[in-house]
Amino acid sequence: MKEGRPRSFYVLAIFFAAYVLFLYGPMIAIYVLSFQGPQGGLTFPMNGVSTFWLAKLFEGTGIVDLGAAFRRSLLLGLVVMAVTVVLSVAAGMAFRRKFRAQSILFYSAIASLIVPSIITSLGISLEFRIIDDLIKAHWNENFETSMGLLTSGLGAHLTWTLPFGLLIMFAIFNRFDPRLEEAARDLGATPWQTFRYVVLPIILPSVIGIGLFGFTLSWDELARSSQAIGPVNTLPLDLQGLTTTVTKPDIYALGTVISAVSFAVIALALGTIHMLNKRQAAMGSDAGKGLV
Amino acid sequence: MSEEVLQQATPGLIPGSGTARAAKATRLSPSFISWLQAGPMMLVFLAFFLIPLVFVVIVSFWDYNEYQLLPAFSGRGYTDTFEGCIAQLPDLCTIGKTYLKTLKLCFLVWAITLFIGFWVAYFLAFHVKSKTWQMGLSLLCTIPFWTSNVIRMIAWIPLLGRNGLVNSGLIKTGLINHPVEWLLFSEFSVVLALVHLFTFFMVVPIFNSMIRIDKSLIEAAYDAGATGLQTLVNVIIPLAKPGIVIGSIFVITIVMGDFITIGVMGGQQIAAAGKIIETRLNALQFPAAAANAVILLAITFLIITMMSRIVDIRKEL
Repeated sequence: MKEGRPRSFYVLAIFFAAYVLFLYGPMIAIYVLSFQGPQGGLTFPMNGVSTFWLAKLFEGTGIVDLGAAFRRSLLLGLVVMAVTVVLSVAAGMAFRRKFRAQSILFYSAIASLIVPSIITSLGISLEFRIIDDLIKAHWNENFETSMGLLTSGLGAHLTWTLPFGLLIMFAIFNRFDPRLEEAARDLGATPWQTFRYVVLPIILPSVIGIGLFGFTLSWDELARSSQAIGPVNTLPLDLQGLTTTVTKPDIYALGTVISAVSFAVIALALGTIHMLNKRQAAMGSDAGKGLV
Repeated sequence: MSEEVLQQATPGLIPGSGTARAAKATRLSPSFISWLQAGPMMLVFLAFFLIPLVFVVIVSFWDYNEYQLLPAFSGRGYTDTFEGCIAQLPDLCTIGKTYLKTLKLCFLVWAITLFIGFWVAYFLAFHVKSKTWQMGLSLLCTIPFWTSNVIRMIAWIPLLGRNGLVNSGLIKTGLINHPVEWLLFSEFSVVLALVHLFTFFMVVPIFNSMIRIDKSLIEAAYDAGATGLQTLVNVIIPLAKPGIVIGSIFVITIVMGDFITIGVMGGQQIAAAGKIIETRLNALQFPAAAANAVILLAITFLIITMMSRIVDIRKEL
């Protein structure tokens, strides 16, 4: 537009900085507070600095069985991630040509994203209650429940992660050049070979992005888990349970641990994406490699 | 479609490439492949979203007692919900007040997130020129979205509490003598936390619309003598409208159904639509919970229909 920066730039830059401070400020406060000394409370000022509360979490003597909940959440997150990646890529491929159920699937995904989570959660819990009743009535009277981490819980999380996966696939294929596939076909590649050696390497960075979404959305998911997870708890559910009862910095320590895992996954995924992009830039073009 | 036909036909056209795999692929019709690819996701939505929704509607018409569901038609879920509403007219009954409160919270959060989201997206899209900075700064806004909502909620407690940073700061500067009580476990803290949690849902779609606006249109507006404000109102806002609508739908539906933020930040004192469902569930009154879910769903659906009149969401993706 104009030369130099207009005054509005500085006004908005300050606004943006204030927003970022608003986003991160409180979170940083609890990360700092989780390093309170043993006598520390829930607020500033810090009463000594130690890793007492973090250590207490891992001793397992605290309020929740952190280890078990941690493993459950991790397992669920990894399964959700794998299923989300596979189903999203497959459905994304299907959407590149017209097929009959296209709009049904599209609107299901959008609806799943915007129907309030508590309703989805309630529905899944009712569905499994009815399944339980049927099993008890017809097969096994002593049957407890079919609800669980990898049945109702997995389903509940997928209704949240799959729409994101599908939308990301749309974004990918909007930018995808189909001539690359045509070229592969002209050279005699089978559809599978075309996908494996042409399409997949190109979309891989974004596919990792889908995995990242899948894992972290599941890892932090609460509203959909609340009714649908069955007899066990995930880490966020335990954390929410603690908000009303706990008066010690345990809760901040738990928060810090959960965040640390999220950040580690984000960093790992972004690092991999960056590496793949660099590799693509280096190997994807044969410019300057001879033959004119 | 023709592309697919070509794809299937090609192996046969090239002599010598008729391997077993290619021959097998030729037998699969394109529509069958589509079903195979999209089917699994469809099944997940069917089993864990569409059928459960149907169950919510069915169960909302079932009867119940203190211990169990009774699968017999009954309107009790609904009548219990609206108990005393007609007798109390013209005063609003509890459920009416609750929905009004929910709508009020929803409106406040929507207005604030829209304001913040618009200007943050505007800054990123129009003022940040380098692609790397744009990526970096949007990532900075995105990262908190990937961490637990509960953590981001409880993060306000050491700041807003009776002995929190804000209160002690205000007392030190001499602005107040006693700690301000309404900062935490109040409507204020609920709105604050919701804005903190969900502005992201506003920033991303608006940014996506804005980034697609052709910069030469804005230049043309300036060349034609439009002021900054005129360009904003007549060029940028209309072109960013799809993003604004999508963001609004997200924020409104999330806040309408929220019960966790309102529970934690409201100190379990503020009734909202989602909270009613949770309370009914905790009391194991499933049909009443389901009835409230149906009502909430209807209201949410109404709002979305109104908003999607403004813009065709499908076209914008």
